[in-house]
Amino acid sequence: MNTRGLRSQLKDSVPVTGMGPQVGAYGVQDTLRSGFSSVKNELLPSHALELSEKNFQLNQDKINFSNLRNIQGLHAPLKLQMEYRAARQIQRLPFLQSSHLALDTLKGNDESISFEGILNDPAQSEMMGEPHVMVEYKLGMM
Amino acid sequence: MATLSVCQPQLGGFSFENCKRNAVLEAEVTKLGCNIPSARKTGTTICGVVFKDGIVLGADTRATEGMIVADKNCSKIHYISPNIYCCGAGTAADTEMTTQIISSNLELHSLSTSRLPRVATANRMLKQMLFRYQGHIGAALVLGGVDCNGPHLYSIYPHGSTDKLPYVTMGSGSLAAMAVFEDRYKQDMEEEDAKRLVRDAIAAGIFNDLGSGSNIDLCVITKGRVDYLRPHDMANKKGVRLIRPVYAYKQGTTGVLTKSVIKLDLEVVEETVQTMDTS
Repeated sequence: MNTRGLRSQLKDSVPVTGMGPQVGAYGVQDTLRSGFSSVKNELLPSHALELSEKNFQLNQDKINFSNLRNIQGLHAPLKLQMEYRAARQIQRLPFLQSSHLALDTLKGNDESISFEGILNDPAQSEMMGEPHVMVEYKLGMM
Repeated sequence: MATLSVCQPQLGGFSFENCKRNAVLEAEVTKLGCNIPSARKTGTTICGVVFKDGIVLGADTRATEGMIVADKNCSKIHYISPNIYCCGAGTAADTEMTTQIISSNLELHSLSTSRLPRVATANRMLKQMLFRYQGHIGAALVLGGVDCNGPHLYSIYPHGSTDKLPYVTMGSGSLAAMAVFEDRYKQDMEEEDAKRLVRDAIAAGIFNDLGSGSNIDLCVITKGRVDYLRPHDMANKKGVRLIRPVYAYKQGTTGVLTKSVIKLDLEVVEETVQTMDTS
């Protein structure tokens, strides 16, 4: 096994930041939007898998892109990421359900099913996103 | 959720929101001396063997919930694809959902490649999924099937390690079943010998392990044919209750010594007819 190659992939992986306080504007805890803070809640994740699941897709993408770069050269991941960026923009407003069909087809998710598609269906979620807040968050105005 | 409004759309998949609350509840309940409900396990004996033309998979049919038998006749041999079947031990829900997800993925994959799926593909999909969840999904599986490269048999552990072997056993009764295999396994057995061997191995697990019981299911997979024998052998049949208890004795139980018949002479004294008012 090529340990040198593995090390180069490790430094690309998403750093584990922990739960961290939700900083709003001015670098302070944003109580209105993220509720009261508690050190215990932020130090440790509530489940061993919580952090790894949160960053799973990002880590997989990093691994795949760095492999692609090593095999085919820098142009391959660059072109793919450009296509991903273009496909990600094809969606409805943030508070509406969008199918992400183009993005799924590019990533190959249209030919696989996992717990993301079965459990915790976003269409059945009990919390409704407030439209104004969601659009402001997306545009970075919050 | 402490947030007053949701900024980002919800994603699917596992949600860890209630983990802290559950931990607190568990601590409180143990202090009071009660138990939180436990997941239903299959506490099982499952095994598989490679014979000359294919694979024989075997499983018992008992599902336990702590010390109680939850299901006397549950089916532990799950369908993955027309030529691949998988036995599951561990938490019953985990094995069922995992095998169903992999079965769907294999079906999509085989539609996309327009080929019969291979056992190695199913094995790799299962091990990658189980490793991703670091053993929290308690599914120990025996995966077997026949594809274009011949018969293959894999055992897959909950943390994601796999072994490719000619005979495998899993579950709480695996030691009893493995003892039978180690004694009598031969390479290139005939189908009947293989079925008898698997049946004996599962019976050893049923009679020597509390977590396994009831009937024995077999699944014989060869090239182009699958025999799903459920139940193959009812090792533990519940007694049949008599619907009407038979207390009467048969005719001739008591010997007859003498017999005398006395005829009674009856003569008609009076005959009257009474009309009935039927209005």
